[in-house]
Amino acid sequence: MSSEDVLNPKRMPHDPEKATLEGRNKFLGFWFFLGGETVLFASLFGTYLALNGSTQGENTPEHLFGLELVFIMTMLLLTSSLTSVYAMYHMKNHDFKKMQMWLGITVVLGLGFLGMEIYEFYHYIHEYGFTFRSSAFGSAFYTLVGFHGGHVLFGLSWIVALMLRNQKRGLNLYNAPKFYIASLYWHFIDVVWVFIFTVVYLMGKVG
Amino acid sequence: MSTAVAQKRGLGAVIWDYLTTVDHKKIAHLYLVSGGLFFLIGGLEAMIIRIQLMKPDNDFISAGLYNEMITMHGTTMIFLAAMPLIFAIMNAVVPLQIGARDVAFPFLNSLGFWLFLFGGLMLNVSWFTGGAPDAGWTNYAPLSTTSPGHGVDYYVMGLQISGAGTLIGGINFLVTIVNMRAPGMTYMRMPLFTWSVFVTSTLILFAFPALTVGLFLMMFDRMFGSAFFDVGLGGNAIIWEHLFWIFGHPEVYILILPLFGAFSDIFSTFSKKRLFGYSAMVFATVLIGFLGFMVWAHHMFTVGMGPIANSIFAVATMAIAVPTGIKIFNWLFTMWGGQIRMTAAMLWSIAFIPSFTIGGMTGVMLAAAAADFQYHDTYFVVGHFHYVIVGGVAFGLFASLHYWWPKMFGKVLNEKLGKLAFWPFFIGFHLTFFIQHFLGLMGMPRRYWVFLEGQGLATGNLISTIGAFFMAIGTIIFLINVVYTSVKEKKVSGDPWEHGRTLEWSIPSPPPHYNFVQTPLVRGLDPLWVEKMDGKEGMTPAEPLGDIHMPNASILPFTISLGTFIAGFGFIYQVDDPIWLVAVFAGMGLTLGSMLTRSLKDDLGHHIHKEELEEDIKKGVGK
Ligand code: HEM
Ligand SMILES: [Cu+2]
Repeated sequence: MSSEDVLNPKRMPHDPEKATLEGRNKFLGFWFFLGGETVLFASLFGTYLALNGSTQGENTPEHLFGLELVFIMTMLLLTSSLTSVYAMYHMKNHDFKKMQMWLGITVVLGLGFLGMEIYEFYHYIHEYGFTFRSSAFGSAFYTLVGFHGGHVLFGLSWIVALMLRNQKRGLNLYNAPKFYIASLYWHFIDVVWVFIFTVVYLMGKVG
Repeated sequence: MSTAVAQKRGLGAVIWDYLTTVDHKKIAHLYLVSGGLFFLIGGLEAMIIRIQLMKPDNDFISAGLYNEMITMHGTTMIFLAAMPLIFAIMNAVVPLQIGARDVAFPFLNSLGFWLFLFGGLMLNVSWFTGGAPDAGWTNYAPLSTTSPGHGVDYYVMGLQISGAGTLIGGINFLVTIVNMRAPGMTYMRMPLFTWSVFVTSTLILFAFPALTVGLFLMMFDRMFGSAFFDVGLGGNAIIWEHLFWIFGHPEVYILILPLFGAFSDIFSTFSKKRLFGYSAMVFATVLIGFLGFMVWAHHMFTVGMGPIANSIFAVATMAIAVPTGIKIFNWLFTMWGGQIRMTAAMLWSIAFIPSFTIGGMTGVMLAAAAADFQYHDTYFVVGHFHYVIVGGVAFGLFASLHYWWPKMFGKVLNEKLGKLAFWPFFIGFHLTFFIQHFLGLMGMPRRYWVFLEGQGLATGNLISTIGAFFMAIGTIIFLINVVYTSVKEKKVSGDPWEHGRTLEWSIPSPPPHYNFVQTPLVRGLDPLWVEKMDGKEGMTPAEPLGDIHMPNASILPFTISLGTFIAGFGFIYQVDDPIWLVAVFAGMGLTLGSMLTRSLKDDLGHHIHKEELEEDIKKGVGK
């Protein structure tokens, strides 16, 4: 396939993200990468579970966490995963405008999530004096949830960068895989959050 | 275009070429040279250790320096010598064996290399800035978290950076092997080396993130005051051991499996026979990879996990000996009845079998949890893992280098010198490490700076040190051979061993930068041999002659890695003075900025035109 065909395809195929060898490589490579990320988060979860009770007698999970805020955060992130699905749906129908719009909504929802997470951390630190250094539980909590938050931030920056870069020229076979794997990344972040919600917050409240 | 420019160039152009190259063959050169250098540094450290242990109560080096030596020897040899040398062979060979023009992600390939190199440099800078890491290559907490100075910080940052490079490399080879195989190259026709790289890459993918997390926790504890391993604040030092060995045990198979694959190819080529039990070999490789994840806690029998956990891990560990045994017998049966040619590569391979088998045997002894309470942390363990790592990995690297050297550099390493290097190394190896088993059984602990007079350990240690000098002599002869070969030896054809069976021997040595003028059509296991048996000269092409698409060179992998290197220093020294946060931000800025550039700037590669290829064919590249 010539470079011209990649940048200005005469006819967009149904799966533009997998139409070129580069696209197929990216697609598969990114899935493998997510496999590695799974091990990364599994290790963090393991550490968290091991240090769950090491609160030094204060600031226990039951005492700290409020489910209302976390519930709203969960809803925001879950919805953003759905909106990114819509974006990919429009990508496959070659409707660049709609794809950008849904990605934009995804980003707004993601920013909402991130803002609330920052508020949550701020709250723990200033209201409860619960910090990264106060106990092994504190270290484990901020590391696990913070790693996830860092992923959210990276994902948002990535999606925004792609949107700005391509807004003038529209969709082609070169950037379609990029959009696609960014959305895969976003889904992964969402799945990890579901586990955090369950293991950290729900089990923290019940346990 | 690029070929014409490449003809006559100054030193500056060559350096720039290597800084920006995305060609897997050149990246192989980079890995080989830097891995080789680190191997020499690690070897020097080993010699210093052995000189210190030459006689009782020696004070050749101080106790503190001794701790740094053993730590850096282990860390360097595993992460900075064995891994990159394996990556050198992988890069040089895998794309050729599957009939591909490059790896799936040439850019990431280069990134992986530069990350590894900067991580390795970072670790070794510590020698000059107040002391190297000194908590052992396993870096157990709380020894590591309380080690004064910045040595352990260098361990953390250096391994984090180079580990990221390795992970990237693993993903790259997985996708390459899944997506880039030539037509007809089904999974069950892949050469064993490619198969083992495939399994190894899977292990890298699932093992390295555990190390990444462990290193992050260690970094947070040491540099940002967290309490993961600080028992005083409710932390738990055993978490480090688990994370380290969840990575660490697969890592030992990451090291040995590619060389198992290389030995398989070498035995089959120099026995002029198809590999015995090909599918059993593939199965055994996959099984070893799978079981490799189930056994990490055999390094922790004495931690106090309890009899049930110890028994489960003991049985799982012993089970690995079964697929390993399958392999040993298949190699023997491959040679059985073959026309064996005793080349230097073959010599190293044959020596590997008994040496490695001894290591596997002591491994099963160690796996008996109750007995391990005696062996653990003695020289018996040191003996065990040097038998598998030197007798397996190092012998395998020497064998692979001899075997594939002509493919990489166009010249066969001098055979006489090759054999001359083998004997002192082989004899020295057994002298050094065999006796260590007995020293261990007599109660000599590992990692101790001195042993005392009158404990009956003097003779054994002296023998061990003498052996180490023999190994050094062997290594030096090998290096002389490299120089001698590049000066004196003649260029060879594409199939210098004459009985080449796999695709890499169907193209010139060294191959043109696009490897295959036309993608070959694979018609069976050992594809070149299949064609030879049909009386053909070379491979049948699977496509007409046409333009070839190639990736562009780029400096970004270098700048991304340089950024992490700068940020690494920032992280280490911001503990002393927050001004160093500037380095963190500058470094991360460079890294993230380069990544952003990569994401946003179009890079569609370039084409080599049919006319140029026809020119090359006239010069004899086609066959
Ligand atoms: C049949 C196969 C093997 C078995 C059953 C086995 C078993 C073991 C056991 C139980 C230990 C822990 C000993 C202790 O610390 O008390 C050990 C240590 C070790 N093994 Fe193996 N092993 C096998 C193969 C290998 C291979 C193939 C390699 C590397 C290529 C390897 C590398 C190591 C290393 C590096 C250590 C020591 C790590 C340290 O404490 O510094 N082993 N092995
Ligand atoms: Cu092990």
